Amino acid sequence: MKNNWWKGLAVVLLLYTAVAGFLLPVPRLHILNETIRNLYFHVPMWFGMTFILIASVYYSIRYLRTPTPQLDILSHEAAKTGILMGCVGLATGSIWARYAWGAWWTNDPKLNGAAIAMLIYGAYLVLRSSFTDEQQRARVSAIYNIFAFATAMPLFYILPRLTDSLHPGAGGNPAFAKYDLDDNMRLVFYPAVIGWTLLAFWLAQVASRIATLKLKVYEKQLV
Amino acid sequence: MLKDFRLEWRQRAALNGMLLYVGSTVFVCFLSFSLKGGTPPAPAWNALFWIILLFSAVNAVAKGFLQESRGRMLYYYTLVPPQAVILAKIAYNALLLLGLAMVGLGLYMVVLGNPVQDPILFVGNVALGALGFASTLTLVSGIAAKATNSNTLMVVLGFPLMIPMLLLLIKVSKNALDGLEFEASQSSLLTLLALNLIVGAVSYLLFPFLWRS
Repeated sequence: MKNNWWKGLAVVLLLYTAVAGFLLPVPRLHILNETIRNLYFHVPMWFGMTFILIASVYYSIRYLRTPTPQLDILSHEAAKTGILMGCVGLATGSIWARYAWGAWWTNDPKLNGAAIAMLIYGAYLVLRSSFTDEQQRARVSAIYNIFAFATAMPLFYILPRLTDSLHPGAGGNPAFAKYDLDDNMRLVFYPAVIGWTLLAFWLAQVASRIATLKLKVYEKQLV
Repeated sequence: MLKDFRLEWRQRAALNGMLLYVGSTVFVCFLSFSLKGGTPPAPAWNALFWIILLFSAVNAVAKGFLQESRGRMLYYYTLVPPQAVILAKIAYNALLLLGLAMVGLGLYMVVLGNPVQDPILFVGNVALGALGFASTLTLVSGIAAKATNSNTLMVVLGFPLMIPMLLLLIKVSKNALDGLEFEASQSSLLTLLALNLIVGAVSYLLFPFLWRS
């Protein structure tokens, strides 16, 4: 129980996010109105994704130093969780855009950057499935994972900043930037970020435990 | 490292094929546009040029690792450290792509007209692009060569990784086409340079691990 306090914290924070996120007052901003509540669900997805992908890269680097199946499973499951968070982030953003902009998808640098980054990680899954030898698969996909992280992160955090964007937080649109994120919203936003990030780590942990068990069962069958 | 470079140079059988590839693609573009009469408008000109470069880059670099036999890799392994191999490969591929791009650009301008208003910026941009494509695709082709369905994998892995670079390149070359002053494309050029450096450094660090397997 001592090591599992953060799971309880994740549950409490996410319950709080769900309740307070829909009930606490939000500032009335032009165009955004009530849809600003999506901030508690859409933005933390990207935070969670970034942290879990950093964890994945960390395990990949450790795998390259000391190759063990456990590290490979950890980095693979963390990357898969990151992809899941990214897809949910795209979906929540898309639904929001349908009501705020009137279209599911627009040709916007931030949106396209996120979509391309998802493609890069999709290629990671394709790469993994095209090996028969397990050790080679683990090594090569660890290498690609590090490479993918180094090229995907500029897509999220650097390239969209260079051009004007319709996305909130850029080009003078009503935004979630610090000057109009008021204290009430911060009260929910920061717990939401922590909660979703913890959930991502929890998911990755459960998934890698299942993968480890499957590996053990498989090895037993071989004997 | 120089020796390795020479080894690369010696097996340049693919070079003539690649030149023909670029030449015929440009010619096909010319034929399709001539149906409508005359040269394409500048944005289409730009997009078409980069698409041609993208595909010839993937094809040219894919030759690098996919055609290596296992024996030759072992031979390199006894001669030089892996860092020298990756640097030499990147340098060779960059030069190869630069040559291809220049020949392609020349042909392209002859048959489809030359709307470029700032040639120095445009050529510099193409050179940066060749370097960036080379450093991304060299490691990708190394990765793809290890897997079973290498040719598909090369495209699946390479294209998304190249898109951020391609977006910046197209933006800068659009600026060069319109003859905007240098300040307009300065930040994009710097980002492009930084991106090239990141990709190059990561390839340099990761290749020894790929090599060992």
